[in-house]
Amino acid sequence: MTATIIKEPTPPRASQNRRRPQRSRPGARLRRMRQATPLTYFALLLTFVLSVFPLWWMIVVATRTTSAASQFPPALLPGGNFFNNVERLFANNSANFLTGLMNSIIASTSVAVSVVFFCSLAGFALAKLQFKGRGFFTVAVVVTMAVPVQIGLVPLLILMDWLNWRGELQSVIVPFMVSGFGVFLMRQYVLQTIPDDLMEAARIDGCSTFRIYWSVVLPALRPAMVVLGLLTFMQTWNEFIWALAVLTPDNPTVQFSIQQLNESAYSRDFALMFTGATFATLPLLIIFFVFGRQLVGRIMEGAIKA
Amino acid sequence: MTSLQHGAPPSPPPGSEGGAGTRPPDPDRARARRSQMWTRLDIRTSPYLFITPFFLLFGVFGLFPLLYTVWVSLHDWSLIGGNEGFAGLDNYVRLVGDEKFWNALYNTLGIFAIAVVPQLLLALLLADTLNRRIRMANVFRMTLILPYITSIAALAIVFSVVFGGEQFGLINQVLSALGLDPVAWQAERYWSWTAIATMIDWRWTGYNALIYLAAMQSVPKDVYEAADLDGASRLRQFVQITVPLLRPTIIFTVIISTIGQMQLFTEPTIFGNNGYAGGSQGQFQTVMMLVFQETFDYQNFGYAAAVSWVLFLIVVVMGLINVWLTSRIKGAE
Repeated sequence: MTATIIKEPTPPRASQNRRRPQRSRPGARLRRMRQATPLTYFALLLTFVLSVFPLWWMIVVATRTTSAASQFPPALLPGGNFFNNVERLFANNSANFLTGLMNSIIASTSVAVSVVFFCSLAGFALAKLQFKGRGFFTVAVVVTMAVPVQIGLVPLLILMDWLNWRGELQSVIVPFMVSGFGVFLMRQYVLQTIPDDLMEAARIDGCSTFRIYWSVVLPALRPAMVVLGLLTFMQTWNEFIWALAVLTPDNPTVQFSIQQLNESAYSRDFALMFTGATFATLPLLIIFFVFGRQLVGRIMEGAIKA
Repeated sequence: MTSLQHGAPPSPPPGSEGGAGTRPPDPDRARARRSQMWTRLDIRTSPYLFITPFFLLFGVFGLFPLLYTVWVSLHDWSLIGGNEGFAGLDNYVRLVGDEKFWNALYNTLGIFAIAVVPQLLLALLLADTLNRRIRMANVFRMTLILPYITSIAALAIVFSVVFGGEQFGLINQVLSALGLDPVAWQAERYWSWTAIATMIDWRWTGYNALIYLAAMQSVPKDVYEAADLDGASRLRQFVQITVPLLRPTIIFTVIISTIGQMQLFTEPTIFGNNGYAGGSQGQFQTVMMLVFQETFDYQNFGYAAAVSWVLFLIVVVMGLINVWLTSRIKGAE
């Protein structure tokens, strides 16, 4: 559902939004009103601590032993037990953690690539090509964004049975290879970045439609493709419900795998669980630190149009 | 549609540069004709070829399962036996009389309510706080989406330990350090809802705040300037200017939260750690957990499908109520 929240892209605006919230408009009154007080910083600091603490604590316990989880006051600095925990994690029989990690990497990457490809293809067609029913298909794409597909869980399972895909990795890939949100995002971006003249010039040069897509449209779409790819990767990486329904413990995704740890840890081995949880969060954190600003920009741009 | 599917993307549609066959009689004309034909075919069919993968895949894996839910819900259907015959509305009749369904619905709506109200209020206040001249604005904005970016399952595990039922849970230790009694976070219905709502809010408050912040920044500054001239206090400006101007955005976030939270599953499942039962008495079993329980524990696909379909209708109805409220509010203005 995360995807549907971010509504509509306005790529060329990106630079505008990065502008400071307070335009340096003259008027001391205004400046006074918008000035931050110590209370402002206190509130922000509190938010910061509350947002970061659970994550930080997860990492801290992952580097210590299980007793650190029930220590009070809580342990706040990493310990030296991380590699021991990692070793135990990968050796754990019920979690199949390595398989889960590999599966998640494969699934998230393929879904991201496929979503970017199919959605840019369809988005391009809906934005720039002339054909009967274009308006209808565009509306249809928007409608699909509002459909909570999770609810079709049981028949989707039956379908997987028919295809003999239950427990197989493709069951968490193929159903997610397209997204209405992606098509919509790409359509908007194409509308705003590709001038009609460019299309016509390419057409006169004898380019086929696919050629135009491949050599003219795709290069221009790169920024939007990166954001869509990242969001899709994160969403697939995070997918839990469907993986739990269709996969088996011996061939899990990483989220399923840490749930196995959670369930099977009869002694409640928190250090082990938190090490798994840290690994399950790691790629997302990397994306956050590298692309965080772009993601913030995307969410905020989407909101204005909402 | 079927005629379109082969030729889907990987193989590029016939390009105009084709027509390699140079035959002895009048090669140039033949080639020109051929390429013209290809171009026309390309222009006519490519748009459909380009949108086919999306609609095909969505149709098979999105729309079909949703509609087929109705069909399955009208049958006795088990995991092993498959379709065991038409059952008419039996599954729905059972649902109406099923205490577990009503319990799950009560839990889902209850958790939704105690999660979403503070979440959106806090998000509004947070956005207002951030909508000022502050140092390191970017750092604080990034902080807002940090929880949103993390793995739901991983953080649900962490929070389950934080809310540990025994006295070893972090929150209970804080409580006893403050001289308060530890809380039975799992056993007591409303405390369990609180714990789950906290997980949800931790994840989504900052995200919504960011959306509100963006909307606030598009409010013209002169409005506040004028209010300031009139001597309106900050609080009054917030209540009488910011909130009303943000109404469309607020309603948007409410709709999105509704759709998401009605399908709540991951947090309570991991928190409970007893399969899909949602606590010893089902005190925090959500509708989606009930669907899983019927599907996997009791292998009763037909009934699970009926529950899913009713959940879908509830989501649709709640969405419509939201839209209706929006248009009414708009009309009143």
